[in-house]
Amino acid sequence: MAEPGRSSTRPTPSAAPQRLDDVAMDEVRLSTPVSAEAISRLKLGDVVYLDGILYTAREGVYRKVVDLGHGLPASVRALTNVNFHCSPAATVRPDGSYAVEAVTATASFRFGKSMTRWFEQSGAKVIVGKAGLTEVAYREWFIPHGAVYLTTVGYGLGAAYGKCIKRVVDVHWLEDLGIAQALWVLEVERLGPFLVEGDPQGRSLFALANREINVRLQEVYRSLPNYSMSRFGEATPLEEIV
Amino acid sequence: MRQRLTAAHPAATVTGAMARTIPAKLIEDTARELMARAAIDIPPDYRDGVRRARDTERNKLARFVLTEMLANWELATAERRPMCADTGLPRYYVRVGNEAQVEGGFVAMERALRRATADATASIPLRPNRVHPLTRVDHNNNVGIHAPEVTYAFEPEGDWVDVTTVHKGGLFGSDYRMLFPADGVAGIKRFFVDTLVEFGRRGLACQPAIVGVGIGGAKDTCVRLGKEAACLRTVGSRNPDPEIAKLEDELTALGNYIGIGAMGFAGSSLVVATHIEVAYSHTGGMPIAMHSFCLSSRRATARIHPDGRVEHRGDPQWFTDYYRRTGVE
Repeated sequence: MAEPGRSSTRPTPSAAPQRLDDVAMDEVRLSTPVSAEAISRLKLGDVVYLDGILYTAREGVYRKVVDLGHGLPASVRALTNVNFHCSPAATVRPDGSYAVEAVTATASFRFGKSMTRWFEQSGAKVIVGKAGLTEVAYREWFIPHGAVYLTTVGYGLGAAYGKCIKRVVDVHWLEDLGIAQALWVLEVERLGPFLVEGDPQGRSLFALANREINVRLQEVYRSLPNYSMSRFGEATPLEEIV
Repeated sequence: MRQRLTAAHPAATVTGAMARTIPAKLIEDTARELMARAAIDIPPDYRDGVRRARDTERNKLARFVLTEMLANWELATAERRPMCADTGLPRYYVRVGNEAQVEGGFVAMERALRRATADATASIPLRPNRVHPLTRVDHNNNVGIHAPEVTYAFEPEGDWVDVTTVHKGGLFGSDYRMLFPADGVAGIKRFFVDTLVEFGRRGLACQPAIVGVGIGGAKDTCVRLGKEAACLRTVGSRNPDPEIAKLEDELTALGNYIGIGAMGFAGSSLVVATHIEVAYSHTGGMPIAMHSFCLSSRRATARIHPDGRVEHRGDPQWFTDYYRRTGVE
């Protein structure tokens, strides 16, 4: 795996990369709870591996904590500040122990409107998930709380991530929310790779990609016709598509 | 025919003759095994397609993603772990030979498939994704109202039952649209690009993937056919109609030209293969549906014979000549 660039010395936060090819993809190890200092050094596209403890929280947990005001369990907040938007392929064995074989993230955009209150109530500083949020979302909701966003890779890297889970530390709200939505507290070793998608300056790796992609898309769409019948409310101007 | 059916019943079987009914328990055991194979072992035809995409991908982020995925599949098989923790909406496609009989009848088979789903969810484990859409109640076993789906087809010859399971994510990458004859092939291409771009940014649809396109039929027919085209044909297969096969190649090339790579990074790896299936449609319309199978495209197939043999194979062989029949017989 010679793909990501490896560098032993940490450069100071550099100017924003202008193209995807400018992204260095430096490898970074983060230990939980992740310090503000470690977060401040993250650069767009860095390849991150996590050690320590993190927890899963998605719709069910967000509803409880943000909408119903249940509060994140104090023990969880004391242990870590890393929230994985995910639910595991897990089961409760007959003897009451847990088997977690694979973990894969779920799309994060749908938590957008909850993020400010989530950060306030959870103390989370690192969100790991699928596909990220917009640069506006990072600047308005993440940066004021000193938080960054790491995206999982490929979105189907379940076995590789699952292998890095060393122990199920605890499970909260299992009865109430079910296996897929419960809050799983997991001890992990070199869990990754993740990519820095929302950096400490609020830039987005995907936004960078989309700016590059849009140039080609304009050319592609020039050769494609409009439909003979539009859908209700459908916007057809090219600028709005790309 | 009547004589043959009578002779096939185990009670009527003379000593030494082969029982002609398929035990429901054998279907249940096979279905459970298929669930594990689908969740854990990437189909080789698809893996090779992704490897080719990786080898030609020039964007370093997209290449990195594909290299990690290839390693992930090796690890999944070596450690018997699900390759992806979102084990999708587990479902079945069952093809029944015209002479096949199941012990207890086909209701017994349906019950066996539901039991196998619940057991596999706990034993592999699969993620219990299936919830009531409004109450969000989860039985933690992937079983519920219309879950798992079982889709049937028949084949003129044969006393066997083919069971295929597909685990496909369920949120992004699919769309339907009513096109009209005037939209033509250019309209099909427009819809193809629209759908790829809509779900391809940020990699929401987990591409690259096998893309299935259903054209024609009633609305539900084209949605079903597109999904079957994505999930039940192997990479490298072509539609037997040369014109449609040509369109498959054009769409694949177009999909990889638009500049989106794996996970929505810039690049050339968005479509591993395009499979098109058609059905006769209303004379005034050309409905179309499109599905992206996951970057973890998961399927597994076995043929179950009445003598107890179970043959696992890579190709579901879902689209037979009989399935695509066009005339009156």
